[in-house]
Amino acid sequence: VYRLHGRYHEMAPNVVPMDYTKDPDVKLPMQLIINMPELKENPFKERIVESFSEDGEGSLSFNDFVDMFSVLSEMAPRELKAIYAFKIYDFNTDNFICKADLEKTLNKLTREELTAEEITLVCEKVIEEADMDGDGKLGFADFENMISKAPDFLRYYFKKN
Amino acid sequence: DGSDDNEEGSTVENEETAKGTDKGRKRATPRTRRSHARGRARHGDEEDDDEEFGTRRAGPRRHRSRRRGRAAGNEASDSDMEPEKARKNQANQKSKEDDEEEEDEKGGKSGKGKNEKKGEKKPDKKGKKEKANKKKKDKKKSGSGSDSESEEEPITEEELAKLKEEVEEKKKLIATLRNKPWKMKKKLSVLKEAQLFVEKFEGALGKGKGKKFYAYKVMMMKKWMKFQRDFENFKTACIPWEMKIKEIESHFGSSVASYFIFLRWMYGINMILFGLTFGLVMVPEALMGKPYGSLPRKTVPRAEEATAMNFATLWDFSGFAQYSVLFYGYYNNQRTIGWLKFRMPLSYFLVGVGSIGYSFMIVTRTMAKNANDDGGGDDTSFNFSWKMFTSWDYLIGNPETADNKFASITTSFKEAIVEEQESRKEENIHLTRFLRVLANFLALCTLAGSGYLIFFVVRRSQQFALEGLENYGWWERNEVNTVMSLLGMFCPTLFDVISSLENYHPRIALRWQLGRIFALFLGNLYTFIIALMDEINLKARYFLSFTLEEEKIVKYNMTIWEASLYNGTIPENSTAPPIQVDPADVPRGPCWETMVGQEFVRLTVSDMMTTYITILIGDFLRAVFVRFFNYCWCWDLEYGFPSYSEFDISGNVLGLIFNQGMIWMGSFYAPCLPAINVFRLHTSMYLQCWAVMCCNVPQERVFKASRSNNFYMAMLLFILFLSTLPAVYTIVSIPPSFDCGPFSGKTRMFEVISETLEHDFPSWFGKVFGYASNPGLILPFILLMVLSIYYLNATSKSYKEANLELKKKLQSVRIENH
Repeated sequence: VYRLHGRYHEMAPNVVPMDYTKDPDVKLPMQLIINMPELKENPFKERIVESFSEDGEGSLSFNDFVDMFSVLSEMAPRELKAIYAFKIYDFNTDNFICKADLEKTLNKLTREELTAEEITLVCEKVIEEADMDGDGKLGFADFENMISKAPDFLRYYFKKN
Repeated sequence: DGSDDNEEGSTVENEETAKGTDKGRKRATPRTRRSHARGRARHGDEEDDDEEFGTRRAGPRRHRSRRRGRAAGNEASDSDMEPEKARKNQANQKSKEDDEEEEDEKGGKSGKGKNEKKGEKKPDKKGKKEKANKKKKDKKKSGSGSDSESEEEPITEEELAKLKEEVEEKKKLIATLRNKPWKMKKKLSVLKEAQLFVEKFEGALGKGKGKKFYAYKVMMMKKWMKFQRDFENFKTACIPWEMKIKEIESHFGSSVASYFIFLRWMYGINMILFGLTFGLVMVPEALMGKPYGSLPRKTVPRAEEATAMNFATLWDFSGFAQYSVLFYGYYNNQRTIGWLKFRMPLSYFLVGVGSIGYSFMIVTRTMAKNANDDGGGDDTSFNFSWKMFTSWDYLIGNPETADNKFASITTSFKEAIVEEQESRKEENIHLTRFLRVLANFLALCTLAGSGYLIFFVVRRSQQFALEGLENYGWWERNEVNTVMSLLGMFCPTLFDVISSLENYHPRIALRWQLGRIFALFLGNLYTFIIALMDEINLKARYFLSFTLEEEKIVKYNMTIWEASLYNGTIPENSTAPPIQVDPADVPRGPCWETMVGQEFVRLTVSDMMTTYITILIGDFLRAVFVRFFNYCWCWDLEYGFPSYSEFDISGNVLGLIFNQGMIWMGSFYAPCLPAINVFRLHTSMYLQCWAVMCCNVPQERVFKASRSNNFYMAMLLFILFLSTLPAVYTIVSIPPSFDCGPFSGKTRMFEVISETLEHDFPSWFGKVFGYASNPGLILPFILLMVLSIYYLNATSKSYKEANLELKKKLQSVRIENH
């Protein structure tokens, strides 16, 4: 935590106080956070920050900051990561991963190298594979069911401290 | 307070920031129960909620208000985030008593918690988590009965027991607090409460050290995991060329990368072969054998001395290179050399046989391993979903790595798309079948045509030879070689064109392509040999008789020559001391093994040069041409002809395999061959990696290489078998040259074994061996092996079927569950 606080402080030294005894209400804006080296290359950095922020707009207080790193660390369990992963991929925050969300995810992942029909094909396949209740989009239950069988999930969500 | 509670209870399900007061209400709803936990002060009273409520309110009010402040921000975001917590809450509802106790504990801790919190911001993150865990656990289980303890009440027996339970639960909560998807603040407060409770009452129970020990354990575990991870990274970094191959894989797909992985594996094998020949054959001879110039066989003959050091001669592997440890002819047939009594001939023989045996073993073992991998199969039920959600590596912080990762993700998607499209393709069965039959027919025609061409050309060259080669120009002299090389260059492209008729899945098309090219090369080779067969027969007979004759002749010559040194008469009994003659002047007999070794080495070197030049010209110059001349050319060079070249997987793989076949064939006669090959593979790896990244474009349809490389392995095994046949034949049937090599003087090369058995092993060993090599014993043994092979094959088939059945069952069960 000490280290984390150091990092947090580094990002905006004039704003973040070293002393939290008075429980100040300090938030850092998104722009600063997504420039952190751990997040910089991540295509989902904005989504990650948004899903941890209290006000939903991307500003993180120190508690949120710690929250974010704790979820991304290797000590966090699979269910917890699944929950946050779902939030990250849900671009329009309607608690469902619909086709538009999938398309955005795919574009971010491949940096828009795939053609439009390839994108459609992939999104259709994903919905076909994972949608169990047949509503045409992925609810959290579908998502978790699919993720729980994935071998790679835990490995890629680990983060070094 | 009541209204406060309701508010909180309703807004945030999982919020710890309990202004909890109403125990009765808490009992009814888990959330409120939790929220009340904090409210519970040290005084608790199991039976009567309301009483507790009353007493407790006052205490934690201070805390509550603070927490409320913090909680407010969390509420909105938390409400939809923690379905899990809600579920757990419901589960907790059952354990009333426990909850109550916990609530009390938490209440007790809350006071301390606040102060701790500030301090805790600085310390170790894990510590914070632990506390957060504790707190959450407390919250979760809140709602139980009031705790039996309070600072003021004495501890009774039953209360002690209950307290123990609570402490255990709190500890469990601390351990699992991390799992809760709550906001940090909540976690923190819950943790603090739990920690306070455990600390306080554990002391009472006499287990004060628990928390510290727990913290220590967790820290050690964390360090251990980090160590493991670093070690894994280190191990991966140690694999040679791993980063290069990963880069290629991300840009070009797994099939191109599989070629490089195959190359790397070959490199490993060659390193071991090199180690064997170098360490056990070349080094002992160099160190302990008689030095250069001491024996006739180790010296360059006088006639060749003038040109022995020329670069041209060395490049041709004659001159000094020929009369060195590099070739068979240098080795002396002394039984033991040096002070270590190193048995050179035995070692030479065993290394030769051993390297063949090792190669067989490792190829078979790799095939078996690959078969295992394949048998497991991959679960592709969520293929696309997994690719989409789990392929990004969140640990990447380096822009270049990120680029690679993006490329690899895109490639992987494209591969999956190709697979999907293939499976969706609708086939007009009749048309496809007709086209495929037609394509095969065309391929056969091509093969037959090339075979006939070679036959024709070889016959012509024999005619030329009869008429004397001087009358003809360069073309006629090198007709056979050039025709074979041209065929090797153009026929594969022709096969490529034919295969477009067939419309196969790219992976299957690659296999057909490989098979056809393989057939082409083999066919060419055999046609060549058959055409030469008459000539070879003649030469072989001539050769064998020649060697015997020549032996006599040479020996006679030598005595005459010696006599000439004595000025005249051939002494009947030469009592004169042997005259010191410079070994270079002694007439030498023929040494066919060295000649064969030389041929192989020359072939390998020329093959290497050809490959490099082809890469440089075919790929690099072409790419330069396309890139720079595109501006001033009529049509778009990049899209039309010639465009950038694609990486030719089949050609390269076959080249590699045939090259290895050459090595296996020749390494018995030229121990330097594995060394040359190691050098060749090393440089080829770097050159090809560079060429691929720089001059090639990915194939249009990127397909996933099949998991098992068994196809390559099968071809390799076949070639290995073919290559070892000549060596084994010569060992068993042809007498070694009398004047060179470690087996000179023996009638057969393998006699060195029997000789060793006689001299070096105790006599009973020889007897046993004699009995064991009796055909009457060997034939039943072979029969037994055949039977066991059949049996094992049958059992493995049945296992595979059982496997498939189980997999199907699993799948159906899974589908049912949804």
